[in-house]
Amino acid sequence: MCMELLSEDQQLIADSAAGFLRDGHGIAAFRALKEAGDDANSAILPELAEMGWMGIVIPEALGGLGLGYRAAGLIAEELGRNLTVSPFVSSAILAGTALASAGGEMAQNWARKIAIGDAVVTQAMDEAAKHRPERITTTVSAAAGALTLSGRKTFVVDGGIADRLIVTAKRGDDLCLVLVDPQAAGVKRASQVMLDHRNAGTVIFEEVPIAEADILAQGRAAEDVLAKTLSAGRAIAAAEQLGIAKAAAEQTYEYLRTRKQFGVLIGQFQALQHRAADLYCELAQVSSLIAAALNALDEDNAEVETLTRAAKAKMARVGRQATEEGVQMHGGIGMTDEMDLGLFMKRDRALTEFLGDAGYHTEWVLRQRGI
Amino acid sequence: MDIDIFRSETRAWLEANCPADMRTPMGEDDICWGGRKFEFRSPAQKQWLEVMAAKGWTVPAWPKAYGGGGLSGDEQKVLTEEMQRINARPPLQSFGIWMLGPALLQFGTEEQKRHYLPQIARGEIRWCQGYSEPGAGSDLAGLQTKGVDTGDHFEVTGQKIWTSYADKADWIFCLVRTEPDEKKHTGISFLLFDMESAGVSTKPIKLISGASPFCETFFDAVKVPKDQIVGARGQGWTIAKYLLTHEREMIGAADSALFAKSDLAEDAVSAIGLDDTGRLDDPMLRAEMGQFLVDEICFDAHLDMTGTYMRAGHELGARSAELKYLGTELNKRRQSLRVAAGGSDDLVWEGAANDGGQAAKDWLRSKANTIEGGTSEVMLSILSKAVLKLPG
Repeated sequence: MCMELLSEDQQLIADSAAGFLRDGHGIAAFRALKEAGDDANSAILPELAEMGWMGIVIPEALGGLGLGYRAAGLIAEELGRNLTVSPFVSSAILAGTALASAGGEMAQNWARKIAIGDAVVTQAMDEAAKHRPERITTTVSAAAGALTLSGRKTFVVDGGIADRLIVTAKRGDDLCLVLVDPQAAGVKRASQVMLDHRNAGTVIFEEVPIAEADILAQGRAAEDVLAKTLSAGRAIAAAEQLGIAKAAAEQTYEYLRTRKQFGVLIGQFQALQHRAADLYCELAQVSSLIAAALNALDEDNAEVETLTRAAKAKMARVGRQATEEGVQMHGGIGMTDEMDLGLFMKRDRALTEFLGDAGYHTEWVLRQRGI
Repeated sequence: MDIDIFRSETRAWLEANCPADMRTPMGEDDICWGGRKFEFRSPAQKQWLEVMAAKGWTVPAWPKAYGGGGLSGDEQKVLTEEMQRINARPPLQSFGIWMLGPALLQFGTEEQKRHYLPQIARGEIRWCQGYSEPGAGSDLAGLQTKGVDTGDHFEVTGQKIWTSYADKADWIFCLVRTEPDEKKHTGISFLLFDMESAGVSTKPIKLISGASPFCETFFDAVKVPKDQIVGARGQGWTIAKYLLTHEREMIGAADSALFAKSDLAEDAVSAIGLDDTGRLDDPMLRAEMGQFLVDEICFDAHLDMTGTYMRAGHELGARSAELKYLGTELNKRRQSLRVAAGGSDDLVWEGAANDGGQAAKDWLRSKANTIEGGTSEVMLSILSKAVLKLPG
């Protein structure tokens, strides 16, 4: 159903992602992790690194593949479709983008480690239940000539397995991105299982000693790095959500073709046909929008923020439509844990909150248009 | 040819040849439809048509042998971009370009292509489409207009409805039942004939918008020479479906003045104003507008991707129904938001104020978008069967 044309490299990535994840890292593997209560699993990391995916957006000079966001989106879509648990979005995309664009020796070293799978790095930016990265109370302060970091961060995805955290904080009026070792004195991590059976946690920083060199970027430079990082994360999260929505829709279309009630296939009912076709149209157009947002990131053009925010907002609505319609059209069986639809619905819900929901990004579009 | 060279040559040629008067925004009355009865609104409009037609650029994708520009997909994109750059108006719009031309290129004989296509490209003949009938709307294949084989011609008798601009058209491409003993879909033929033939008459239909873009069209024993059939006898439905995909792409892509694109946000601010926080002072309307704006960004991206896909040589086929459905539903929302923002100002119907009630008229006109060319419900049925393969 895809109308977005791919380059040879991109097609190769899409095909290998589909094959690799389906064989061994598909939904059966996710169910096994879920049953074991192993929400912080990163067993797939060496394989992802081996294929170069952990460095997909990290430049070749830093040990990455440098294939860009469009290619990364194709992987994310397959991760969504297969419900694969991995630190791809947190480490390869968010941290990879932040470290590669921050520059400096330390950032570059950590980017290299991410690319080869030697380290997992994640972002700690949210401080309340809703994503508002611009509202920061975490601070960097100087006392007796030494710097310390204090504050509380929440919804730190993969926080439980991370080797480093990139923390947003204020130093006076300046935004700072601080690289923090979660093992350092004064850092408390409380990891919890979320509804999508993945790990995310709260991290508390109590006068954590930091060095000047731990500040990856400050002021205007930090704002630029954060903006790019957020745009990248949002577009890739939307791509993962697209994979989930497409998988839910495909299972639903197949059910309509095979389930009989009242002596007929339920797909013969026009009430269901039209809802299925409407979902198909919405998936087709949001798929184009996400591809356009990822292309804009690769071209680094002026439309990046508008397209990535619109993509995140629109995908939240279409993801919900796909998973809710999936459960509803399956009827009672759609509510059972045996079917995948509930798993899709839960992951979709978590991704909608991650990096901003439809309301948050739609508000930005409205302000941008001056209303 | 190297695409950059093509771009610079195109830019220079347009600079030299596009009259200044053809670089301003156009209203529905400014469209050049061509045809025998067409009266040019200005010498510039006539000149612009002539120079573009001489270059084959009224139909840039068609082969040169049939009056087209013979441009590649990439070259077409460059031409479009360069025309947009200087706000150049389309030199010619017509059903011949959008619908009949593509069908003739696919199904016409070499003789038909050489005869009809250059006339379309030069804007000499304006075509209308004889499809719907009083008893065959959404169920188009149920049409009953008869074409009786009398030996040297078909004698056509019956009635069409919703024939766009039939009163202004020179020729009609028309679906006619020539094989009454065949099944519904295989008894139809695709005929071309002159609207000045004896037995043809038209009557405009007045719509709720006050305009009359559609007509009833009557045929009373119209004689149509047998070489004016496209494709084989009984093949009409196949051609009609192919042509409808082009019509749906055209309607969905909003590639016409049917879709007035005003700046919704700007209009809303001037009518309603902002609150103390700089937000539109109407939270419910603002929320609805936010969803619309995101959907508009989304659909524009989809159109852009679709365009690239088609220029790479792919056909949309049944998926034209997807564009038609999304594009027309979106436009209805746009026009509703526009009049809601305009309030009582946009209730103005006649007079100089508010552009003579254009917003109200566009709003009403937009209600037809999800009916003409196949209703939204027909689009969804097509997709559920042809694309999703749901049982019939």
